[in-house]
Amino acid sequence: MLTIAGRKFRSRLFGGTGKFSSPEVMKEALAASGCEMVTVALRRIDLNNPADDIMSVLDRERYLFLPNTSGARDASEAIRLARLARASGGGEWLKLEVTPDPRTLLPDPIETLKATEELVKEGFKVLPYMNADPILALRLQDAGAVAVMPLGSPIGTNQGVLTRFQIEIIIAQAQVPVIVDAGLGAPSHVAEAMEMGADAVLVNTAIAVAGDPVRMARAFAMAVEAGRIAYESGLGAVSKDAAPSSPEDGLGFLR
Amino acid sequence: MRILCNGEAREIASGIRVTDYLNQLGLDALSVVVECDGKILTREEYGSHALQDGAVLELIRFVGGG
Repeated sequence: MLTIAGRKFRSRLFGGTGKFSSPEVMKEALAASGCEMVTVALRRIDLNNPADDIMSVLDRERYLFLPNTSGARDASEAIRLARLARASGGGEWLKLEVTPDPRTLLPDPIETLKATEELVKEGFKVLPYMNADPILALRLQDAGAVAVMPLGSPIGTNQGVLTRFQIEIIIAQAQVPVIVDAGLGAPSHVAEAMEMGADAVLVNTAIAVAGDPVRMARAFAMAVEAGRIAYESGLGAVSKDAAPSSPEDGLGFLR
Repeated sequence: MRILCNGEAREIASGIRVTDYLNQLGLDALSVVVECDGKILTREEYGSHALQDGAVLELIRFVGGG
């Protein structure tokens, strides 16, 4: 079972709550995904539509909220959002995101490390979203991150695991759980990450924008489970040369 | 008196407390976090904190996100 900061998770699929067509679809899709931790964002209330509280449909007993700092462009903005999240009753869990460039949404490694150091001091359980940089993963771990969240590909792109080589090193070195986040667009992508030994994956867009988000959530859950079982079962070695599956002996009668 | 709430200038009753202002806006205090002049208020402070003229108020809550 997956343990992060002392908390156990049966499901290795974490869900996002953005981009769903309605709160009802989100609720049903998250239930179908089996996930136990969901990310949420913090935004100003629309004073012209204040009743629009979509989070009220989610059972806080069932889902651990992982507030993110999406929209933060530097460490100080992320820290401000983190403190607001905690004041909102979000608890100490935090997905730290610092993305200065809206075009790529790639995380700023230096600001992310600075914010991690500060927020760990303030008692947050920090899960930093990071580029797939093995050295940075170790630095964040040393700074007290309870998990690291390297990206497969940029947020919302559905491109899959483009950072395979680096994520393999991160998984091999990390002492904290590795959650592959961002860009996982198909069940095969999450299966790949899990087969590599990722501890968990986080999926939002691919489920939320699917033609049928509820069935897609189920497909992702199955792929996560399949990938994990494959990893635990020990995959065969990859080879350039062919190796027959049938015996090579016992063919003497043919020739 | 006038305050700035979520970036919009708003005319409000003088000395109104945060709890009452949230009620006026139809907001459930439990789902809102309030930052007043850059300082986060605890839920316990909503009932006692009176808004001052010129206050900059941010009313924030959880929304869907990844």
